[in-house]
Amino acid sequence: MKKLSARRRHPLAAIVVLLFALAATGGLYAAFAPAKSAQAEDAPSSLAVEEGKKLFLSGCSSCHGQAGQGTSDGPSLIGVGAAAVDFQVMTGRMPMQQQGPQAPRKPTAYTQAQADQIAAFVASLGAGPSVPNRDEYALNGNIQEGGELFRTNCSQCHNFSGEGGALPEGKFAPPLKDVDPKHIYEAMLTGPQNMPSFPDAIMPPEQKKNIVTYITGVTKDEPNPGGLGLGRLGPVSEGLFVWTIGLGLVIAVTIWIAARTPKARTK
Amino acid sequence: MASTHADSAATGPIPDNAATKTADYFDERLGFYGVAKKNLRKVFPDHWSFMLGEVALYSFIIILLTGVWLTLFFKPSMEEVVYSGSYVPLQGIHMSEAYASTLDISFDIRGGLAIRQIHHWAALIFVSSLFVHMFRIFFTGAFRKPREMNWLFGFLLLVLAMVNGFTGYSLPDDLLSGTGLRIAEGVVLAIPLVGTYLQFFLFGGQFPGHDIVPRLFTIHVLLVPAIMVALVTVHLALVFYQKHTQWPGAGKTEKNVVGLPLLPVYTAKAGGFFFIVFGITALLGGLVQINPIWSYGPYTPDQITAGSQPDWYIGFLEGSLRIMPNWETNLWGHTISWNVLIPSLVVPGVMFTFIAAYPWLEAWVTGDKREHHILDRPRNVPVRTGFGAAWIAMYLVLWIAGGNDIIATHFHLSINSITWTMRVLFFVAPVLAFVVARRIAMALQRRDRDKVLHGRETGIIKKLPHGEFIEIHEPLDAEKLHVLTAHEQPAPAELPPAVDENGVARKLKPGQKLRVRLSKFYFAEQIEKPTAEEFKEITSGHGHH
Repeated sequence: MKKLSARRRHPLAAIVVLLFALAATGGLYAAFAPAKSAQAEDAPSSLAVEEGKKLFLSGCSSCHGQAGQGTSDGPSLIGVGAAAVDFQVMTGRMPMQQQGPQAPRKPTAYTQAQADQIAAFVASLGAGPSVPNRDEYALNGNIQEGGELFRTNCSQCHNFSGEGGALPEGKFAPPLKDVDPKHIYEAMLTGPQNMPSFPDAIMPPEQKKNIVTYITGVTKDEPNPGGLGLGRLGPVSEGLFVWTIGLGLVIAVTIWIAARTPKARTK
Repeated sequence: MASTHADSAATGPIPDNAATKTADYFDERLGFYGVAKKNLRKVFPDHWSFMLGEVALYSFIIILLTGVWLTLFFKPSMEEVVYSGSYVPLQGIHMSEAYASTLDISFDIRGGLAIRQIHHWAALIFVSSLFVHMFRIFFTGAFRKPREMNWLFGFLLLVLAMVNGFTGYSLPDDLLSGTGLRIAEGVVLAIPLVGTYLQFFLFGGQFPGHDIVPRLFTIHVLLVPAIMVALVTVHLALVFYQKHTQWPGAGKTEKNVVGLPLLPVYTAKAGGFFFIVFGITALLGGLVQINPIWSYGPYTPDQITAGSQPDWYIGFLEGSLRIMPNWETNLWGHTISWNVLIPSLVVPGVMFTFIAAYPWLEAWVTGDKREHHILDRPRNVPVRTGFGAAWIAMYLVLWIAGGNDIIATHFHLSINSITWTMRVLFFVAPVLAFVVARRIAMALQRRDRDKVLHGRETGIIKKLPHGEFIEIHEPLDAEKLHVLTAHEQPAPAELPPAVDENGVARKLKPGQKLRVRLSKFYFAEQIEKPTAEEFKEITSGHGHH
């Protein structure tokens, strides 16, 4: 203790206290942060619609109604089609954890097989877009045209590099990195949550394919030719970087240079 | 030969080699020996904060060098071309020559991307170092007589740097820069009466037209840099002529400069520092991506991207536009767009006029006509420090508001609540910052006073024979005592008596009342610094608390 009290006025004491405080805050947060939600177990079935209905009744009907007709807590699912179910369930957006401005992407609660069953059940409620087949979202479209379409239709919300952007009242356009091409295609087809839909009559499948090719090829797979990407967020992260690292380095050097001076002898 | 250095022969043997001969040749024609003899002994004080202006100077030189290189390859033209360079996702796309040549610089010209990135990073460092340099000048009162004019030159350099940064940002004609130009066009249009005429004059017709990029190019590479080089020259010449300010300290007076002579140490340090700054910008340019124009795509007015922001130094304007309520007035068929006019012209106009005019404002309030070469420690002028903090707070609020969408997505907040918070903070934060900074400054003065009278707390506890515990205080040395007590404490101005000696009501000059009130605001509440008597009385005693 004596040692400690002798050093409490050391110039570095404040920094040490700060480090302890930060470590304690981080530790407490890690201890109290909510754990991940549990996974539902597999249940293979031959009668997809029947099994899907069971899953729907237990997992979806409290908000969407027993016949998918919708309630005050969730919209009607009649006519949304299998593609919408596949997108919402397999990106983890549905079932929702809590009501909020927008359902965020999270780990999926169902397997693909279960999602297919729910999709089959919802598709049986009314005709809607079906899950696209593998050819439709293959990554062999025209990347240049995809870029033009992306900048015309998508970048105003999802950002030029697909990093996502803000919408009013806490809603947002999610980042597109690491999104399965199939789910990008389904999102365009069905217009989930706050996104407008681009049905085939408005945007032919060929154009959707080009966009998927562009998003995957450019925003996801392309390296940053200039070096560290800074999150590809544009000037905000560049400005933050220059004021912290850039100017920080320069000022550290000025202090270093000024500290190494043959001091004028006054005594 | 011998006759030319007859006078210097006295100091020792002059080597008779090629270098001496060359130097002699030029001296006989330009006469620089005399100039050099006088000026190379010029003394500069040494402190890290005095080197912030150097950072600005060096990054400006880096910008000029890399900028010249970029002009060799950039084509300032809005002619439409079809891209056929090596960046696959844009091949076959129609775009302007300006954008295509910037893509070529980035992908097809050796070292092009590195130079472009160094140019851009150096520009960001340039403007930020200008700001911190000005903060240093402001908070230490280095702008006081005789340096008010140089403050103004520096201020002009800051404004021109921002203008030139924006024109440079607009040149590549990518989606981001086109969006920025579109906003600039909106600002021009919002100017009452002449807005539409100005817009037509500037763009040569409807937006975007074909004229704007070549015009911006001339402004960016010729007009503004030429003015800036001239201003930098005058700025430095004045620093040289008026000599550098210095911190208070033992042996430092208003009539001398304590420091190192220009040659050899100072020059060596400054020269080395240039290369370090160059090294840092080169590292950033080589390792950290900036403005990836290929990702934005070519500009067309019907496209836009989320997260469209200007470079950081225009960010406060973006923010002030973003938080402004949508107010418009319709008068006789003409719209006055308060929603653009106020945030993009009135707010920055007031904020920057305040900076430019501050030296004269303060001199008027204090009535101080003397020259000042010793700097103020910011704590010793709490009101000025408070004003500086308030200005920074207001700027910060606007700046943060300019990134409200990025903050919303990254911290999972509602963009509407951020906007409303910033609207309130725009008015509240400067007041809070003023009060807090002023209080902190005064608290630090109290601490200084305490240190002078009672010495430094050592943290060593002594137990006296009768059981009392005391902390040992160590008296400060004379040099420290001087620093802590060297400042002046001017008394606030007073109004003359209401009637003169003949009993006639005195007439006050216009503004005199306001001046006295402001002077009281500046100086009425002061932490009296310890007098010599107080110091003697306390230090002659037992030495503890």
